[in-house]
Amino acid sequence: MRRSGRGSPPRRPPKNAGAGEAGPTGAAGGAKASIRSPGTNGSSPPAAGARPIPHPPSGAGGAPPPGGAPRGSTSAPSPRTRSGTPIKPLYSAADLREHAPPPGVFPFTRGIYSDMYRGKVWTMRQYAGFGTPAQTNERFRYLLAAGQTGLSLALDLPTQLGLDSDDPEAAGEVGKVGVAIDSLADMERIFAQIPLGSVSTSMTINATAPILLAMYESVARKQGVPAEKIAGTVQNDLLKEFGARGAWLYPIDPSMRLSVDLIEDTLERLPRFNPVSIASHYRDAGATPAEEMAYTLSAGIEYSRALLARSIDPNRFGSRLSFFFYTYANFFEEVAKYRAGRRIWAHYMKSIGADAPGAQRLRAACVCGGHSLTSAEPLNNLSRLTLEAFAVACGGLQSVFTAAYDEAFAIPTEASSRTSLRIQQILALETEVAKTADPLGGSYFVEALTDDLEAAIRQVMDQVEAQGGMVEALRSGWLQLQIGRRAYEWQRGIESGEVPVVGVNTHRLPEGEDPPIEQQELSREAEREKKAELATLRRGRDAAAVEQALARLEDEARGSQNLMAPIREAVLAYATLGEIAKTLQRVFGSYRPPSRF
Amino acid sequence: MPLEPIQPRYVPRVLIAKPGLDGHERGAKVIASALRDAGMEVIYTGLRCSLPTIAASAVQEGVDVIGLSILSGAHLTICEGLRDQLQSQGAQDLPVVVGGVIPAADRPLLASLGVRRVFGPETPLDEVVRFISWLVEPKALITPDAAAGGLSGAPPRAFAHPLAGPPASDAASSTAAEGGEP
Repeated sequence: MRRSGRGSPPRRPPKNAGAGEAGPTGAAGGAKASIRSPGTNGSSPPAAGARPIPHPPSGAGGAPPPGGAPRGSTSAPSPRTRSGTPIKPLYSAADLREHAPPPGVFPFTRGIYSDMYRGKVWTMRQYAGFGTPAQTNERFRYLLAAGQTGLSLALDLPTQLGLDSDDPEAAGEVGKVGVAIDSLADMERIFAQIPLGSVSTSMTINATAPILLAMYESVARKQGVPAEKIAGTVQNDLLKEFGARGAWLYPIDPSMRLSVDLIEDTLERLPRFNPVSIASHYRDAGATPAEEMAYTLSAGIEYSRALLARSIDPNRFGSRLSFFFYTYANFFEEVAKYRAGRRIWAHYMKSIGADAPGAQRLRAACVCGGHSLTSAEPLNNLSRLTLEAFAVACGGLQSVFTAAYDEAFAIPTEASSRTSLRIQQILALETEVAKTADPLGGSYFVEALTDDLEAAIRQVMDQVEAQGGMVEALRSGWLQLQIGRRAYEWQRGIESGEVPVVGVNTHRLPEGEDPPIEQQELSREAEREKKAELATLRRGRDAAAVEQALARLEDEARGSQNLMAPIREAVLAYATLGEIAKTLQRVFGSYRPPSRF
Repeated sequence: MPLEPIQPRYVPRVLIAKPGLDGHERGAKVIASALRDAGMEVIYTGLRCSLPTIAASAVQEGVDVIGLSILSGAHLTICEGLRDQLQSQGAQDLPVVVGGVIPAADRPLLASLGVRRVFGPETPLDEVVRFISWLVEPKALITPDAAAGGLSGAPPRAFAHPLAGPPASDAASSTAAEGGEP
């Protein structure tokens, strides 16, 4: 716990103080000991061994580094992007600093493929999954019939955190924010009658990603689909869990090991599966667009360093890293953010020896919605989502999830998630955006903004490097503190009116006129059903095989081998998710966060 | 609008807690920062704090209010569990407020579990600060020593705080506070 007293400046405990990681015996709930008094202010010196991010030889060189200027901290009336870069009243040819090569050509500022959406329109992938596996199966088949081109599986918190549905810690959370998966049997139910050879599935799963991927692969095998044919993505990005999303399980170092084990294991065996989606939840936790891109690319650098440390050729893993971003309604800045991000990533990959174009391309998915949606006048969110999806299409991303307009306060209904899918279909089919690559290329404003954002992003990436890279920035709590402060600044901006949000702090409906919206009813039966199923599973399986598989897993976790094979063996023996996760926890211990604000 | 420090005679102590499994702490940290800037002493539990730990910390730290941040939909289970934990510690009168994504239909249920007020995603920080100032008002008007025995059973008088003003949108009714959002 952290305390902060009256009138005090934000506290900064000494580096690593209280940010430690509990040993294998765990210290869950022992928070009392970590309460500390105020008064340890001071800033950390740059960590030893800080490495500069390679800068490109051209582009953005002359751009002033405007990034990091906090919104509203300046008295200048000049409008700024959300990242803090100034916006001029007019842009002209004089603002163009670099003539970007065409799409498909290094550094891919204008897009990673030459034909972009004319070759293949972005994947429309709606996040779904709630309650029981049977309910999720029904929703998936509905969405596929409605024209969706990929599946995205939302998992409940116990599944994300390695708890079985009958674990006392899971009480009240089973099937709430996604579907509950306890064993291979549940994965079999979710994908019943869905041919895994012809759909691709994205699983938003991190700490327990190795277990879930092993289950998915096993279902495919039982359907007769060979491993090399299955396609999809596991998020498997633990760094942003420590930085923003909070669904960590083990301490940082073993978490990185598991994540990289999974990436390494899929390189040959599952060539169509994205083993990591390096994600930008930092944005939804408060970061500016420039910070979002910077932290996410810095995480990408951390993963690539871990893979390089295992002597894996960057040309091999480069084409397998994928990214995931948030897009809000600040349209032009979002387009520029994606263009700048591609340019920086391509230069980085080249600098570590990736010369194959496939290994230099920043392939990315994104979510439209998140914190940009309001619970006031929720239908206004349809306009925001449309702008956001349009920005993504102009920004040239590969896969899009449009959240539902009711998502700020509820699990979406069938109608609201369908309407959100329709936004993407209308964009792709009724506008020209998918008919030419980089439709905003050459816009004085967008090109200048791309350069400005690049400078701002690089500046933040350098700050992360000065902390020692993402792992160290997270271990010390530096990153979490930056993000929390931005979130508070943003909220203050909304309340002062400096940040206009229609329906919230401007153009508000009179009290009581906002009509109630139909909400999806969540079954409270899920938990009871799941508990009963688990009891049946535990009675029916070969207990000796489970025990043996878990013993092997524990043994190998104490060594340094890749853990994917023993995890697959445990999954196939119908060991539960909780049993596998707790076996690893005995070896790895638990994480305790530096809860600064 | 900058948040003006309320400068009460008594520095309220608030425990901001993040129970349950949800890992989104943006809201909890923003509220903690706002209460701190309003002059209160804030203790933040961090993620996934167990209910026994929340209750025990609240009692040991002598906090005036517990604020729970819940986004996962598990609010009924959590609030019922915390009520039981507080009862077993003899602290059933300790006020509890909740912030997060709470369906309107569940608000009366939370009120019946003793939750004084539910704040939504768009509740202004100022309103949260004012409400909490108002909750601890009996301590603000008497000496900390006399208040050491905990809150009396008498409901606080609305609008009586000399500096903090009324809890916004509570229509001058102390029963509104007892029953959560109208």
